[in-house]
Amino acid sequence: MRKVIHRILSKNILGLCLIILLAFATSLSAQGGDPVKGKSLFNANCAACHQLDKKMTGPALRNVEEKIVAEGLDRAWIYEWIRNSAGLIKSGDAYANKIYNEFGGAAMSPFPQLSNEDIDNILAYTAEVKEEAPAAAVASGATTNAPAATGGITNELILGALAILFVLLALGLFVVNKTLRRFANAQNIELPEATKRMPLWQAFVKNQFLMLVLAIFLLLASAYFVYGYMMQIGVDQGYQPVQPIHYSHKIHAGDNGIDCKYCHSSARTSKHSGIPSLNVCMNCHKSIYEVAPETQAEGAAIGVDYNAEIKKLYKAVGWDDTEQKYTGESQPVKWVRIHNLPDFVYFNHSQHVTVAGVECQTCHGPIQEMEVVSQFAPLTMGWCIDCHRTTDVKIQDNAYYTKIHEALAKKYNKEKLTVAEMGGLECGKCHY
Amino acid sequence: MSSNKKYWKSVEELNETSSIVETLKQNEFVSEIPTDEFLGDKDTLEATSTTRRDFLKYIGFSTAAASLAACEGPVVKSIPYVVQPQEIIPGVANYYATTIADGFDFASILVKTREGRPIKIENNALAATNSVANARVNASVLGLYDSLRLQSPKKGGNSISWTDFDAETNQKLTNLKVAGKEIVLLTQTYASPSTSKLISEFKEKYGTVRHVVYDAVSESAALDAYQAKYGERALANYDLSKASTIVSIGADFLGDWQGGGFEVGYSKGRIPQEGKMSRHIQFESNLSLTGANADKRVPLTPSEQKIALAKLYSYVVGGSVSGSLPNQVEVAVKKAAAQLKKAGTNGVVLTGIQDVNAQTVALEINEFLVSNAFDKATPIKTRQGSDADVAALVADMKAGKVGAIIMSGVNPVYTLPNASEFVAGLKKTELSITFSMKMDETASEVEYVAAAPHYLESWGDVEIKKGHYGLTQPTIRPLFNTRQFQEALLKWTGNPVSYHDYIKEAWGTTILGGSSFNQALHDGVFVGSIATEVISTTDASTLAAPSGSAASALASSAKKSGLELTLYTKVGMGDGQQANNPWLQEFPDPITRTSWDNYLTISKADADALGLINKHVANGALNGSYAKVTVNGKSVTAPVMIQPGQAKGSVGLALGYGRTKGLKEEMQTGVNAFALYQGFNTVQNVTVEAVSGEHEFASVQLHNTLMGRGDIIKETTLEIFNTKDKKYWNEVAMVSLNHKPTPVSSPEVDLWDSFDRSIGHHFNLSIDLNACTGCGACVIACHAENNVPVVGKSEVRRSRDMHWLRIDRYYSSEDSFEGDDKKKDDISGLGSSLSEFAEMEHASANPQVAFQPVMCQHCNHAPCETVCPVAATSHGRQGQNQMAYNRCVGTRYCANNCPYKVRRFNWFLYNGNDEFDYHMNDDLGRMVLNPDVVVRSRGVMEKCSMCIQKTQKTILDAKRDGREIKDGEFQTACSAACGTGAMVFGDINDKESKVAKLKQDNRMYHLLEHVGIKPNVMYQTKVRNTTEA
Repeated sequence: MRKVIHRILSKNILGLCLIILLAFATSLSAQGGDPVKGKSLFNANCAACHQLDKKMTGPALRNVEEKIVAEGLDRAWIYEWIRNSAGLIKSGDAYANKIYNEFGGAAMSPFPQLSNEDIDNILAYTAEVKEEAPAAAVASGATTNAPAATGGITNELILGALAILFVLLALGLFVVNKTLRRFANAQNIELPEATKRMPLWQAFVKNQFLMLVLAIFLLLASAYFVYGYMMQIGVDQGYQPVQPIHYSHKIHAGDNGIDCKYCHSSARTSKHSGIPSLNVCMNCHKSIYEVAPETQAEGAAIGVDYNAEIKKLYKAVGWDDTEQKYTGESQPVKWVRIHNLPDFVYFNHSQHVTVAGVECQTCHGPIQEMEVVSQFAPLTMGWCIDCHRTTDVKIQDNAYYTKIHEALAKKYNKEKLTVAEMGGLECGKCHY
Repeated sequence: MSSNKKYWKSVEELNETSSIVETLKQNEFVSEIPTDEFLGDKDTLEATSTTRRDFLKYIGFSTAAASLAACEGPVVKSIPYVVQPQEIIPGVANYYATTIADGFDFASILVKTREGRPIKIENNALAATNSVANARVNASVLGLYDSLRLQSPKKGGNSISWTDFDAETNQKLTNLKVAGKEIVLLTQTYASPSTSKLISEFKEKYGTVRHVVYDAVSESAALDAYQAKYGERALANYDLSKASTIVSIGADFLGDWQGGGFEVGYSKGRIPQEGKMSRHIQFESNLSLTGANADKRVPLTPSEQKIALAKLYSYVVGGSVSGSLPNQVEVAVKKAAAQLKKAGTNGVVLTGIQDVNAQTVALEINEFLVSNAFDKATPIKTRQGSDADVAALVADMKAGKVGAIIMSGVNPVYTLPNASEFVAGLKKTELSITFSMKMDETASEVEYVAAAPHYLESWGDVEIKKGHYGLTQPTIRPLFNTRQFQEALLKWTGNPVSYHDYIKEAWGTTILGGSSFNQALHDGVFVGSIATEVISTTDASTLAAPSGSAASALASSAKKSGLELTLYTKVGMGDGQQANNPWLQEFPDPITRTSWDNYLTISKADADALGLINKHVANGALNGSYAKVTVNGKSVTAPVMIQPGQAKGSVGLALGYGRTKGLKEEMQTGVNAFALYQGFNTVQNVTVEAVSGEHEFASVQLHNTLMGRGDIIKETTLEIFNTKDKKYWNEVAMVSLNHKPTPVSSPEVDLWDSFDRSIGHHFNLSIDLNACTGCGACVIACHAENNVPVVGKSEVRRSRDMHWLRIDRYYSSEDSFEGDDKKKDDISGLGSSLSEFAEMEHASANPQVAFQPVMCQHCNHAPCETVCPVAATSHGRQGQNQMAYNRCVGTRYCANNCPYKVRRFNWFLYNGNDEFDYHMNDDLGRMVLNPDVVVRSRGVMEKCSMCIQKTQKTILDAKRDGREIKDGEFQTACSAACGTGAMVFGDINDKESKVAKLKQDNRMYHLLEHVGIKPNVMYQTKVRNTTEA
């Protein structure tokens, strides 16, 4: 079992990167400004479009001031640019227009709220020397795995020791027996010969009553197992296929707490929960091009290269990460469907998610903890029915139910009605 | 002793010298058994290393492996969009308003799409006119997924690219222009302002261009008459809801007369309100859908129709005409005239006689009456063809005067009576192009075939009626490499814009008058200022006073010799352009109830005279003789259907069948009646002779009469309805309780305990037999909504049709159903019952006709539910009789216990089965399936579910919005498709709903009410207006 402490800590992969960078930052900006404040300002205002060392929507910003100065401009120009880039471009400033055109005419949003001091802080932050990815994180990742591993070995050790003990005991008994016989022989003590009786199994076979009972028992037992086998045909509980892209619900829904319905948006309005189209992935992954080193290390421990998986996404959606643009060559991802209801069952997600307010986890299990998703529920009719029998209809603030529920509640003399009492057990509600 | 005894197997053996016996001794099988045929090549057989033993091992292994593998679920892939279109949510249907304009059917419709696939056609409630999709329009969505569609342009049968097509055709057209040769555009009626504009631009560019509009089934005479009188080439429009007396002479206005679309207005006037309903008198020769709905129907031959119309004119307007009619027809015409005069401005006369004089006479009578129903402001634009132009074109082509011919939306090689001349003419053109969706008859004869898109993949606009515009928009990306005619015109005229932009611009400048194009596109319709302008009704005074010359000319033109043939179009097939549509092929004709065929309809008297028969064979199916029908030396051999109500001396034959190219073998049904459509005249003098052979029909109803069981279709007359108590004309069946007659509906006589259904929804469907015209749009809508399979002709013949909804058609055996009831009641004694019941099995020569849509009646005390051994069918609280297909084991007890015979058994796996090569057998055709309804497998019973998927969706939408449901939101596929308002669906627990009120209506009755099973489908008693003036 792997521990997840580090994941819980890393609320935000980007943030984590920066914390590490900060922790090992040694140089401070020469021109003043507080890189610590600068970092939080950077994260709040700039990080959506800029990274320190990677070209994104906007240029990489490490040592940006040096570059600007090399163009013969000064810090005042930077103030001006940040507060009103559009104005600067309009005024015909050569470098402003150059930058503007280089990034495909994507205008930078103005930040008039940033004071000179704020910008100084940010610049101080950008002027920090780049730190190599700390090895410590990897090391700590490895250490966190250790106790879990020892735990496993301990159990095995105990079992092994016990097994050896039993073998020793058996050996001892055998030796004792042998020794005693030798003594008896030596003392000429007549050991009583076992009389040749009818062997037990033969007696058993000859007893017709016992045979009948046995036959009945065997038949019943085999019927039990055959029934059990038959009943599990088509029930794929625990089905956990390998997906074309190793997508971790644990990282997305668990660690990062992304709402299920952010990606599975059609669950609110449609019968299908919907597999998100790749453009939904790119809403975030346009800027999240790699995972935190710790996460990467954790992936490595289970044989997954998360960064390579993100690359797979880029390939499928046709995103050129270095040029930061779509190539137009896309390739749909062929996910393996896990939850397969037969054609003759009608199931509607929106009825359960929106109307009834059922949590996704009720049927899909602890998705936020699943590294690889598996089918949690058996998806059998009995399972559906059980829930319909026990779940109350959610009638709050729903004018549709008001009248019907009131009348039915009166009829059944109950305050709250279950889905079954509303007619949720009728064949035709799901089979048509 | 024993040695003397000789055993013998056949008489032959007694003959000692018989060679047969000797031969059989030598060789048991006299004829060689063709072992080589199935064993194949002997050498390879010997060479193979697989022994019989190995073969059996393989079989054993594969069987075991297959059964083991069956226990494992297959791996299902789910492939999401890369970029999901904003408007698409998987699982949620989108609706688009568009317009069908295929040259025969014109209608404003809504298209339901799921995940980008159009799956169903619905009526567009926003459209003021032509908003009702008929059976063919409902079925047209399947044409999109036709596996035989052309997938790319072709030249001489080989695929070419559009670039080559453009280059070559451009070059040739330019050469022709330089050479000064004529280019002809032969098109369907587009009635499209933008297409007209494009064609005029094309004319400008290429000089000698002739545009010939060709309607396969011509309305040329009506157009000519209207043009002569009102100066506009259009068809007269009638709003029949404003008429209290409708006299129709040969006009099948509930069918395809003048493009159809009159049933909505007609039905409005047919529902008795405040003791009034319209009276409809029909004079016709074939028994048409319209005649079947008439209050009074007079059968007469086409030539008599002309005299009748002329006489009607003389009785109404004045003057005298020559010609004589049989006495009873004469009386009927007089009475009709009297009635029309009495109705005054509320009277209207319609005629379908393809004769300019006849059409003029009808217009003159309506002018004289100042008929309210005659709507001069908005004439119909959906037929614009001219017979003379088409005839001239064929002559010019034959003479080699035509340089190039470009066709679109037409299939003249199939539809022209002189197709061979046309083909000969085609060979003389230097360039021939046709825009076609299929490799049809015409496409096989031309040089270039431009693969055309389906209308659901095209842009377009249409002016259905003057000032009433519709827009056609694509509802799916083109499935194949196709291009529509208008796009090609744009290319040829060197216009770089797309047709969409072209329409948008044209609309912006001429039609919209400042309104939003996007709004018009959303609505699918736009009413221009012309339509809303009030046109002064002083036209009558400026027009020449009716001279009566047309009437006398009409009367004198009526010449009769031998049998007269009336060619007609069937509700299911129209002009035949959708012949490869299995839904339409299997759609039973409303009148004959026969599918997969056309046939010569003939009266019993004429059939007897000619020795033609119809008979039921051993398995109960219908067989008919063949007859050879000859017109001016051209003849076709068609099967014969003896048709009650067919005027003696007349025969009928449907157009649209007998297609040979561009369709599957199964769909190549019937005979091509266009060969007899000479001079574009639907009426022809013919000779009919019996030929040998018997034709096997696929009829879904073999018993035609009601046998006096008046409680199945309750009928009354308007007079009785108005004057007598409900008990008299709509009596509830009585049963005996303690020797006292007790109404069957009272709870004391109920065998079952009733469940409380007062809470929640309780669905009921009301069917008004007065408003139902029997058109069958609901049947096809049901097919599309519920994935009903097509089973094919031979299965239909075995009564294994799968229609969840059928429209029973009954004929009276006496002159009226009332007469039947009386006759049955008067039967006493064995002798009389034997003979008279036998008589009642035969329909009258001119029967009354009644239609009754029957689907599962969703009985509250359903007999089917009590007999199911596995409880696969059960009852819901909302009134539906539910069917769990996965639970059904196929005992068919339920079907046997159903008094309505509405349950259908899946004898075969109809999807993915080469034996049933219809749309469900290929991936393309399956795209039309409704994903919310399961495709049933073999061995289960299926039936109408009262569209539970639709009611459930309505409920869910309301739950999600947190609101109550308004009346009208609940719909079934049939009730939504019903344009006449005959079918009303809703929740009877909503006391304000329409259906709850209909349940309390005096006319309401339940089918087979005496069985006491309390159906949730109700019928409204049919009222006939028999009041003579």
